[in-house]
Amino acid sequence: MAFAIPIRKRVLPGFGLSLGISLFFVSLVLLLPVTGLVMQTADMGWGRFWQVVTDPRVVASYKVTLTAALIASLFNGVFGLLMAWILVRYDFWGKRLLDGLVDLPFALPTAVAGIALSALYAQSGWYGGFFEFFGVQVAYTPVGIMVAMAFTSVPFVVRTVQPVLEDLPLEDEEAASTLGASGSQIFRRIVLPAIWPAWVTGMALAFTRSLGEFGAIIFIAGNMPYVSEVTSLMIFVRLQEYDYAAASAIAAVILLASLTLLLSINIWQARFLRRLHGR
Amino acid sequence: MSIEIRDVNKRFGDFVAVDNMNLSIGEGELTALLGPSGSGKTTLLRIIAGLEQQDSGRIHFYGEDTTDVHVSDRGVGFVFQHYALFRHMTVFENVAFGLTVKPRKERPSKEEIRERVMKVLKLVQLDWTAKRYPSQLSGGQRQRIALARALVIEPKVLLLDEPFGALDTKVRTELRRWLRRLHDEIHVTSVFVTHDQEEALEVSDRVVIMNQGRLEQQGTPEDIYDHPANAFVFDFLGNVNQFRAQVQQGQARVEGHALTQGSWPKDRNGEGLAYVRPYEVDVLKQPEGDDLLPATVELISIIGPTVRLELTAPGSEHLVHAEVPKSRFRPLGIQQGDQVWLRLNNSRVFLAGDVLPPVGS
Repeated sequence: MAFAIPIRKRVLPGFGLSLGISLFFVSLVLLLPVTGLVMQTADMGWGRFWQVVTDPRVVASYKVTLTAALIASLFNGVFGLLMAWILVRYDFWGKRLLDGLVDLPFALPTAVAGIALSALYAQSGWYGGFFEFFGVQVAYTPVGIMVAMAFTSVPFVVRTVQPVLEDLPLEDEEAASTLGASGSQIFRRIVLPAIWPAWVTGMALAFTRSLGEFGAIIFIAGNMPYVSEVTSLMIFVRLQEYDYAAASAIAAVILLASLTLLLSINIWQARFLRRLHGR
Repeated sequence: MSIEIRDVNKRFGDFVAVDNMNLSIGEGELTALLGPSGSGKTTLLRIIAGLEQQDSGRIHFYGEDTTDVHVSDRGVGFVFQHYALFRHMTVFENVAFGLTVKPRKERPSKEEIRERVMKVLKLVQLDWTAKRYPSQLSGGQRQRIALARALVIEPKVLLLDEPFGALDTKVRTELRRWLRRLHDEIHVTSVFVTHDQEEALEVSDRVVIMNQGRLEQQGTPEDIYDHPANAFVFDFLGNVNQFRAQVQQGQARVEGHALTQGSWPKDRNGEGLAYVRPYEVDVLKQPEGDDLLPATVELISIIGPTVRLELTAPGSEHLVHAEVPKSRFRPLGIQQGDQVWLRLNNSRVFLAGDVLPPVGS
């Protein structure tokens, strides 16, 4: 049976109603636009679809986007874990403030972030001048894209890892140390396996978010064809050319990539949790 | 002596957790650290393990000063109240952990690890759970695995922090008898913390009673129960009735009735409290003698073979509890509300200055 809802009296009323409303809204705000997107591309036929999504300039943008998103997510994996760790494990002055600041990238309009970042990292900016000294140009290169992606997606890692770290009993680590484990062994064999699913999920969320990031990137990327154009920009360009079908086709590729990644992470995590809770 | 604790102090802010503690723990003994919550017993255990750093004082294991030895090098087995098993590892991996984290040179081979793990798993009678995850085991089983995990590294001392605290009554009784038998088999020097006096008296070779960070009394369970050093120990080791008493010229009296059995200071006079255990209060229907106290029966409850009575009596501000075997209670034909007479067999009188254990130092 597809919907195996156990038939017995529930303690909490309103299951039918709440599920109904939820599904309705999921359809309205999620599924319908996605369907619309697919419908747009349906008119163009496979040949044309293939031609649009494999256009050399678009393919170059996939490479730029994927590479930048991957590096930004890995960077956030390390930095976000560190951030979550100090927020959970230590008490220090200004901890609350720092905790609040983590969400800033979510609260800030991405265009604002983009302008701020490009001003900072431009050759005349504070950071830009510093990096320039070492011969590294950040703004208007793929590195700038990574910086923008890392900035906008770091809360995903912090906020997924933080609660899991909080739940990790200190006794587990104490038990490990009485058994002779060193600090690095405790981290590798006790802490990391416990936060692993959340950590990977956080990085995957950061990654998918980065795939679609637009506002923060276009100001700092320089947007040079084949070098620093991201895929979301390619969609925007097609839209400006009033080629809605082509825009939708590229969007569909991004959507498919994101969905596949999220779904496989979910399945993998469910299997892991089942083992942990013995169900 | 295998564990020596010398002048150990520990404070948490203003709270004195361990107050100048000196204690020696004998080799191969199973010692209970007994005390009410907040008495510092867990803190002391964690200091012995090296999980907590004392403010001052030294810890020695077998004559060797381990005060500055890190917990991971101290060679202690530690069992936590809530098991602290690694959830993402199988039972086998959990128990093998202490062996697999050894530096490569000291690490046993794979076959030897397997052999040793299976050996301790057999010892705790759970070798059949090797492939399972902790979440698939019951509380009692988890605690036995935690014990196996601590034992596999062949610790110099085994420390257990309220090991049965999270289990239900039946399992905890079973498990503590089992622990006693296990200890008789392997004889590793062990210290366990408990707030349950019955547990401490039943399981251990030696009981150390702590209160407010200080040592109140230590000795064999029988010794401590029969000869409590002070009122705190007497009170803590089981239910007790208190009667206002006077000691004059070597004679103790409650409400003017002379006590015939028990102990009190013979060479001092003064006001004090007589401590009497409920099973040492005899209930009589008729006044047969002049050492009897009048009382009124407030409540009768029959718990299996024992009858528990709650009575009001002059000389006691609280309800007096008495325990009488049912076989002896029935013929008396006592009803709730009846007037009865109490005989205090074996009371212990502490004079006013001695009644409360001295607070502070």
